[in-house]
Amino acid sequence: MRIIIIGNGISGATAARFIRKWSDHSITMISAESDYFFSRTALMYVYMGDLRLKDTRPYPPEFWKKNNIQLIKARVTGFDKDTKTVALDTGQQLSYDKLIIATGSTPRFFGWPGQELEGVRGLYSLQDLEYIEKYSKDLKRAVVVGGGLIGIELAEMLHSRGIPLTFLVREKHYWDNILPPEESAMVTRHILDNGIDLRLDTALQSIIDNGTGRVEAVQTDKGEQIKCGFVGITTGVQPNIDWIRNSELECEHGILVDDQLQTNLPDVYAIGDCAQLRQAQPGRKAIEAVWYTGRMMGETLAFTICKKPKAYRPGIWFNSAKFFHLEYQVYGSVPASLPTDQDTLYWEHPDGKKSLRINFYRSSQVVSGFQAMGIRLRHEVCEKWLKNEALLEEVLPNLALANFDPEFYRRHEKDIVKLFNQRFGKNIRLQPRRNILNKVYQFLKS
Amino acid sequence: MHDAFRKAGIIIIIAGLGLFTASLWMSHFTLQEKSLEEGLNNEYHYRMTAPFLVSMQGKTFSNSFAFNRALHKALEQGQEAINNDLRENRGLGPSDSEYWSLTLQDYAIQSVKLPVTRASVGGFLPQNAGFVGLSVLLLLLAGSLLYFYPDLKRIPGIANNGTFKSGWQNRGWPGILLGGYLTAFYIALYFFPEHLTGWIMLVDPLSHYLNGNPASQWFMYGLLYTLVIAVMGVRMLLRYRHNAYQLWRTLSVMFFQTCFAFLLPQLLAALNRPAPDLKNIWPLDYSFFFDYRIDEMISSGTFGFFLLFWGIALMLIGVPVFTYFFGKRWYCSWVCGCGGLAETLGDPFRQLSDKSLGAWRIERWLIHLVLVFAVVMTIAVLYAYLPTEGPGLTGRRFFVLSSLLLLIAIGLIWFYNQKAGAGLPVRTVQIGTVVALFVIGIGGWRLISGESYLYFLDHYRLRSWYGFLVGSVFAGVVGTGFYPLMGNRVWCRFGCPLAAYLGLVQRIRSRFRITTNGGQCISCGNCSAYCEMGIDVRAYAQKGQDILRSSCVGCGICAAVCPRGVLKLENGSADISERATALRAIHISETEVRLLD
Ligand SMILES: Cc1cc2nc3c(=O)[nH]c(=O)nc-3n(C[C@H](O)[C@H](O)[C@H](O)COP(=O)(O)OP(=O)(O)OC[C@H]3O[C@@H](n4cnc5c(N)ncnc54)[C@H](O)[C@@H]3O)c2cc1C
Ligand code: SF4
Ligand code: SF4
Repeated sequence: MRIIIIGNGISGATAARFIRKWSDHSITMISAESDYFFSRTALMYVYMGDLRLKDTRPYPPEFWKKNNIQLIKARVTGFDKDTKTVALDTGQQLSYDKLIIATGSTPRFFGWPGQELEGVRGLYSLQDLEYIEKYSKDLKRAVVVGGGLIGIELAEMLHSRGIPLTFLVREKHYWDNILPPEESAMVTRHILDNGIDLRLDTALQSIIDNGTGRVEAVQTDKGEQIKCGFVGITTGVQPNIDWIRNSELECEHGILVDDQLQTNLPDVYAIGDCAQLRQAQPGRKAIEAVWYTGRMMGETLAFTICKKPKAYRPGIWFNSAKFFHLEYQVYGSVPASLPTDQDTLYWEHPDGKKSLRINFYRSSQVVSGFQAMGIRLRHEVCEKWLKNEALLEEVLPNLALANFDPEFYRRHEKDIVKLFNQRFGKNIRLQPRRNILNKVYQFLKS
Repeated sequence: MHDAFRKAGIIIIIAGLGLFTASLWMSHFTLQEKSLEEGLNNEYHYRMTAPFLVSMQGKTFSNSFAFNRALHKALEQGQEAINNDLRENRGLGPSDSEYWSLTLQDYAIQSVKLPVTRASVGGFLPQNAGFVGLSVLLLLLAGSLLYFYPDLKRIPGIANNGTFKSGWQNRGWPGILLGGYLTAFYIALYFFPEHLTGWIMLVDPLSHYLNGNPASQWFMYGLLYTLVIAVMGVRMLLRYRHNAYQLWRTLSVMFFQTCFAFLLPQLLAALNRPAPDLKNIWPLDYSFFFDYRIDEMISSGTFGFFLLFWGIALMLIGVPVFTYFFGKRWYCSWVCGCGGLAETLGDPFRQLSDKSLGAWRIERWLIHLVLVFAVVMTIAVLYAYLPTEGPGLTGRRFFVLSSLLLLIAIGLIWFYNQKAGAGLPVRTVQIGTVVALFVIGIGGWRLISGESYLYFLDHYRLRSWYGFLVGSVFAGVVGTGFYPLMGNRVWCRFGCPLAAYLGLVQRIRSRFRITTNGGQCISCGNCSAYCEMGIDVRAYAQKGQDILRSSCVGCGICAAVCPRGVLKLENGSADISERATALRAIHISETEVRLLD
């Protein structure tokens, strides 16, 4: 069987790896962006000089040859479902038995006047990074528009080079459409501590031409003009499906796929950022543009293709990020505004740089989500509590099981439990922490 | 603003290094014949050499190179005259053993140079050693502190920005220059210490103060080593002040270097006791079982016996027990001096270690070969040292005992490796077993056939080759000199026999592992890039597999630099036989796959 994968990101590469693990089908992976799969999430580190591009490759170049996965660097211009071929911009035609579309996302622009000017760019691809690198030279000021996870990375990148920057964020508090107010405030403080000129509640209105087609300044909705030589647009991403719009592939925001990641066309599948689930798991979104879902989809699809049909079930939501030096992890559901049937236990360190939040249902006391700032949590333990619908009073005494901070770090379980006892008039006691890893294993195996 | 501090710091550091280097040229040398007479300690040799010293008499040489060139020439002429004399007047040639005891040997020529050079020194430096020494110290301290200062001002957190863009951290010309400087220093230290006379003089006052004796090149080196660990340790402390694990372990290596490696031996030397570094363990301390060390210990009474007992206990009990509980990190990242230097002076270069599979293969062969070399050499030396008969420990009995120890070790490896799911490949254990049996077999066969050299070579030659190749070239010149070229753990990774031993225990039977946090890895590569041991940490983390590698020194940097909180160094016995078998980032469970296969 000939399998063609369009896109060599985490979804495509994972699909390829597992198809190879479970079969000896012919595999061809095509990308217009890079010779080898690299970690998109590490792009910032390449710019900042923490890593070289080659350090971001999860597998060495020989890996692909050794596993007989053919790599082609070209742009796919379209495919034909009847002849079962894909067309490359090199003029080449390749035929497939199964086609996997894993073309990821592109930055989303909102049609601002002047967004096509030179010096305006999103951050998604290697080419974007090269562009930003080029425009960083002798840059007097940059403006970053949009405060999500990519926006803060771009801000950190430019800041690491000492480039003065203004950070325009539409929300009242940083990322407050995702983060509850306390965490959002903490991130906001941390950004300001780092000396970033953060403009909350400020949106981009237009970008001004300097007369030669280059950016001169941006105009905000507050009536201010900010002179700058580069504008980074990080107002979100959208599935990269423009190249396919005119085909018979059924799309909405992304390529619509069923439970088994199959599109409306036979033998054509879509995974990763570009796929939109017709029916998302309860509590999950139809498009989740994160690394982990791409990886899980790739693996699930490989299983479907090589073994037997398997529905995509991402399980319990988790994610993590880093805002400058502030680490963030979430497990389960921790929405920005608390649903009325839920309550929250929120502990914050007096220094305002660490916090832990546990959400739970008011009536049943079943935990529904964990979110930590500046503290690391153990994925499997949180997941098991959530899966087992553990009660808050079962979780709290064993909180140490979920701690994943390095040894010798100060632990805060005591304070957290104390807070709970005070708030709810309970008398929960912490289990001793001795030999904690053994207890973790006992718990996970139980 | 911060850049200004850095720049000022660099300039002052360079000035300090410049003055330090220049101090080697701040003396002149006029031959003091008496020192040669004392140094040679052989009236015949001196008498035969004296005529050739005429050209040096009263002459002042402006530097140690010119001086030693002349001295060397004179000594070589003396050697030739001696050889002629032996041949013509006594009829002795190289085939006679008496010839070797009478002639002036090359090593004697080499070792007399330093004392003669020291005695012949004059000029600016001898009068101003204290002043120059203090100036160097202050310049280097002030420069370093200025350079580190911005670290104190920034928000605590990982600061690897620009590492791969930096010339000195990424093999640019400053890095190559620094590597050259360090390499040259080590070559001089081990093979041409006479040219370091200036530096030895700088620390002379301190040596007198601490132990009452003039400084040796080793005192100078020890002091330098301790200062470097202290200063670069401060850098680590500032850099990782958000990370308690890094703080404690850095303080620990600073403590062990200052107290155990430096001060305690000074104290013992001042008390006229044997003065070893108490935390140094065989086979890293490869001379522990050499005749002169054992004689020294035995001849100094209870304390000496304590030292002997301590050294053997550390090696046979301390290493396995501590490594079982904490992994090899208890030594490599918390106690060891080589590790201490690597983690402080070497920290800026950790990203230069080679991560390729090829490098890993070389590492596995090389480090275990050095271990075998150390074992063979030590057995040979001790066998030759021990009496052939008597009621106590004879050479024979010792050989039987060490063979037994080796067999027990191999047996334990087989036993535990079978139980441990993530143990060594059977092939590897087979190779190890065959090698051990060879060591026992060859030694036993030669012993039974009554040969005096168990492993063919004269044990003196064996140990001097070991000292030269492993002790000097590998551990010093390459191990540290190449920091800016090959990363900071070249020695620990490819050469240290103790690391090989610790690593075996860590791999076979230890509670230690690096846990991977479920599916959180984003494959960014920070962990692999900053692993000083060249371990491709990401390869494990992205599968969700715990990291269990014999080479991991548990520095904890991978966990520190991970931006997603994926890695944690920890100890636990519950799963000791299946550490690292589970794959946590596999979405479709392995059992599901297996059922269908
Ligand atoms: C800066 C940045 C930081 C991020 N950080 C995180 C993070 O910390 N955690 C997290 O979970 N997620 C993060 N993400 C999101 C994450 O990287 C994406 O969700 C993930 O990479 C999507 O993987 P994918 O395989 O679906 O697509 P992609 O990685 O986008 O790969 C698609 C590939 O297909 C190629 N392609 C597209 N169209 C064609 C065509 N017509 N012909 C040939 N090739 C084509 C593209 O060039 C690209 O190489 C980040 C994203 C960015 C941009
Ligand atoms: S794996 Fe981690 S702890 Fe071990 S040596 Fe490498 S960086 Fe250090
Ligand atoms: S373990 Fe951490 S540092 Fe290593 S690749 Fe994964 S996310 Fe990056």
